[in-house]
Amino acid sequence: MKDLAIEVSHVGKTFKLPHERQTSIKSALISIARGGNHSYEKQQVLTDVTFEVKKGEFFGIVGRNGSGKSTLLKMLAGIYTPTNGHIKVNGKLTPFIELGVGFNPELTGRENVFLNGALLGFNRKEMAAMYNDIVEFAEIGRFMDQKLKNYSSGMQVRLAFSIAIQANTEILLLDEVLAVGDMAFQKKCFDYFMKLKRERQTVILVTHDMNAVREYCDRAIMINEGVVMSRGSAEQIAQDYQKFFSSREAGVASQDDGDRWGDGRMTAKKTQVTTTEKAITLRTTFAAHETIESPLYGFSIFDGAHINVLESNTKRLKLKTQTVKGGENIVVEWTFDNILRTGTYSVSVACCDQSALQYYDWQNNAAHLEIVRPTQTAGIVDPIVTVTEKKR
Amino acid sequence: MNRVKAIFSKQNRALLAELVRTDFKLRYQGSFLGYAWSLLRPLMIFVILYVVFVKFLKLGNEIPHYPVYLLLGIVIWNFFTEMTSQSLGSIVGRGDLIRKIRIPRWIIVFSSSISALINLGLNLIVVMVFMAINHVTLYSTILLAPFLLVEVYVFALGVSLFLSALFVKFRDVGYIWEVVLQAGFYLTPILYPLSRISNVTFQKLILLNPMAQAIQSIRYSVVTHTTVTTHTVFDGGWYRFIPYVIVVLVLLGGLFYFKGEANSFAENI
Repeated sequence: MKDLAIEVSHVGKTFKLPHERQTSIKSALISIARGGNHSYEKQQVLTDVTFEVKKGEFFGIVGRNGSGKSTLLKMLAGIYTPTNGHIKVNGKLTPFIELGVGFNPELTGRENVFLNGALLGFNRKEMAAMYNDIVEFAEIGRFMDQKLKNYSSGMQVRLAFSIAIQANTEILLLDEVLAVGDMAFQKKCFDYFMKLKRERQTVILVTHDMNAVREYCDRAIMINEGVVMSRGSAEQIAQDYQKFFSSREAGVASQDDGDRWGDGRMTAKKTQVTTTEKAITLRTTFAAHETIESPLYGFSIFDGAHINVLESNTKRLKLKTQTVKGGENIVVEWTFDNILRTGTYSVSVACCDQSALQYYDWQNNAAHLEIVRPTQTAGIVDPIVTVTEKKR
Repeated sequence: MNRVKAIFSKQNRALLAELVRTDFKLRYQGSFLGYAWSLLRPLMIFVILYVVFVKFLKLGNEIPHYPVYLLLGIVIWNFFTEMTSQSLGSIVGRGDLIRKIRIPRWIIVFSSSISALINLGLNLIVVMVFMAINHVTLYSTILLAPFLLVEVYVFALGVSLFLSALFVKFRDVGYIWEVVLQAGFYLTPILYPLSRISNVTFQKLILLNPMAQAIQSIRYSVVTHTTVTTHTVFDGGWYRFIPYVIVVLVLLGGLFYFKGEANSFAENI
């Protein structure tokens, strides 16, 4: 097949995990004396993975951490060899799976550019020709003669990304590079991806950012626990991914002590989340176990980095709550504008007395919010922005 | 033919050059004398051995230009030691690359061997200076020396490939190899003249070691024709080819073992 860039057929990967890693001859001899290698465990990381990528396609591989997608990527890049099946690649493929491979902190930025370039297959002459472009793209011109160890991590990533995009290979492997650098640099990266897409470059993007999948990919596969769970158009996979993972997570509140506390006079039972493009509604059912006079209800929303992005309660909202009798259930519903940026958020709910000194119940991870939307803005919030222009 | 071409492709040459350059830059970073140490170290060892064995113990009085003879032996043995011990840890030491990028694995071992070769070149210049000072007469046999040096390199390369791949699986190899090198230093006629060993059988056994054979032959071709070589000891018998056979076998063995293991380096490191 001429129009296929990559053919992966029935690929499996098994790692031998020694119970106690045999890095000494003595332990190897002992295990041989015991009659063979019994002291390792086989771990099947990928099972029967089959898919193909057409030339000029922007192809997504999505999955959670530990799903096996990185192992798959390493096999595509030729770093690991598959245990079963085979991978056929038509064309030159990027050989790296991470930015800045081989960067040495003791060398200057300039020296690292040439070293990294050599790892991508460029000699000094070719690197010298593209050196200015690299430095310009990375925007760190005046630091190039400083040692890399004096760079901030953001600068390192910028430099690495700028070199990596020079590797003009026919098939590009990109692993989670979307989240690098500051906003301005991210914009540059996005522009670069759009350029690749316009130029019909074959790209394989490994990510768990459904927004990126929707925006760039033509097709995608979803991997979970080493198996291809579903395959299809980018939109379909993004939906499947959200369905699959949010159904597993919603309502599965952790009962760890660290995540839940309170005297239990009243408890939060169930928290439901409804998300539309414009608004988010949280609905929590609280059960009173004795009579409580005018309790205070509240909620907090945390983003992936555990930053509290939104918090409110009935006291702030100046709501005089009803008295609840033991055995009664009460449903509290909050509605607010959906201005959250794409990502996964966790919701904490709580009930306490009016002074907020005595907590009846505080529950972290009461629900999860999965927000996906086409990004039009930059910043912490992502509201709908309208714009007009008029000539005067 | 295509495979040979692939080995010396533009990309591989560029990568090799850059790895050697990086190695060169980083090796003596933070030391005052920097690269001079690669010359000073063998010279200092030479001075110690010279004072103890030549001045105190009167070894090698019967051999003309013994200081040069001694230095040459030390320089070549040093090269073997340096190349094999650096290569030994090279694959594991470059684990960051191997786990994250697809590059030919042998380039890593090859680049540490080139670093050692550069050092050897510099050290040989010092030997030549010593030869001039000592008024060593030049024989036409000096033309054989490059071939013998190639033999030493090929032998060291075979050993390096084998050790570097083995080290990925068994870290004991590092310690074992240190002891082997120490033993090798004494089993190779480096600081004593081979003629001091009166038992001809022992002489023969010692000369089966490719390093002993090569060092003696290089001394013969460069410094003095009184050097005892495989040729003289075995009296022209076919046994004198055993060291060369060992060199070829070690290279092939090293290559095959390395090739077989190379695919699983990324998972095993």
